[in-house]
Amino acid sequence: MKREEFLRLIKGKVVSGADCEEQDVEHVFASDLMSDVLTIKNADNLLLITGLCNMQTIRTCEMAEVKVILFVRGKKVTEEMKELAEENEMLLIETDYSMYRCSGILYQAGLPPLY
Amino acid sequence: MNFEYQVEGGDFSHAGSTSSAVKRIMKQLGVDPAIVKRTVVALYEAEVNIVAHAYRGVISVDLDEERIRIVLDDEGPGIPDIGKAMQKGYSTASPEVREMGFGAGMGLPNMQSNMDELKVDSVVGKGTRVEMTNYFTAKNE
Repeated sequence: MKREEFLRLIKGKVVSGADCEEQDVEHVFASDLMSDVLTIKNADNLLLITGLCNMQTIRTCEMAEVKVILFVRGKKVTEEMKELAEENEMLLIETDYSMYRCSGILYQAGLPPLY
Repeated sequence: MNFEYQVEGGDFSHAGSTSSAVKRIMKQLGVDPAIVKRTVVALYEAEVNIVAHAYRGVISVDLDEERIRIVLDDEGPGIPDIGKAMQKGYSTASPEVREMGFGAGMGLPNMQSNMDELKVDSVVGKGTRVEMTNYFTAKNE
């Protein structure tokens, strides 16, 4: 799914990485538990939906090679998080929708889960 | 090649900076990306463990053409029962650590599944030593 399309579906706002290379999202994983994110074997073209909004979210995605992160329920990304995300060419998105709502919308639109 | 990094207990804003540095080095050296990922995921879990549980620690990295060997030595409370700590779901993490997205008892099992060799030694009241190695050949894949 194209960036433009999932942004429209979940009413997402890009807050960092707008100019990083566009890649289609093929799978979605939703978790607030970073240890769970670290068990993902193949994170190519993966979108992570999370309500956990701190530096460890970005660090975890750096190690797990997750490039697209959607922060739900109005969580605000800090400048420090943006800097680290830019270094790692990540796309950070904020939405007011809940994790359940985003998951439901994207699932219904045809994006499969990872597990 | 040898590198050494200091880690401060409780310093969550820098937790992961060593793993990030090691990832950069391995990538620059052209190590297979799959092995880089496995190694840094395990290292990051171990680094977060020092920040979450210990007072301070030293991470030593020894890298050659065949393998990467990482030793994490910390000064801290130690692990009373390593067998229990290796079980999925067992954790003594504080609420603060859980707020960071960790403390679900997955760290040590995840480290084990990502490294070819893992050894944990601990002395209660003194600290913990974690030694882990990944080989760059396919023998353990």
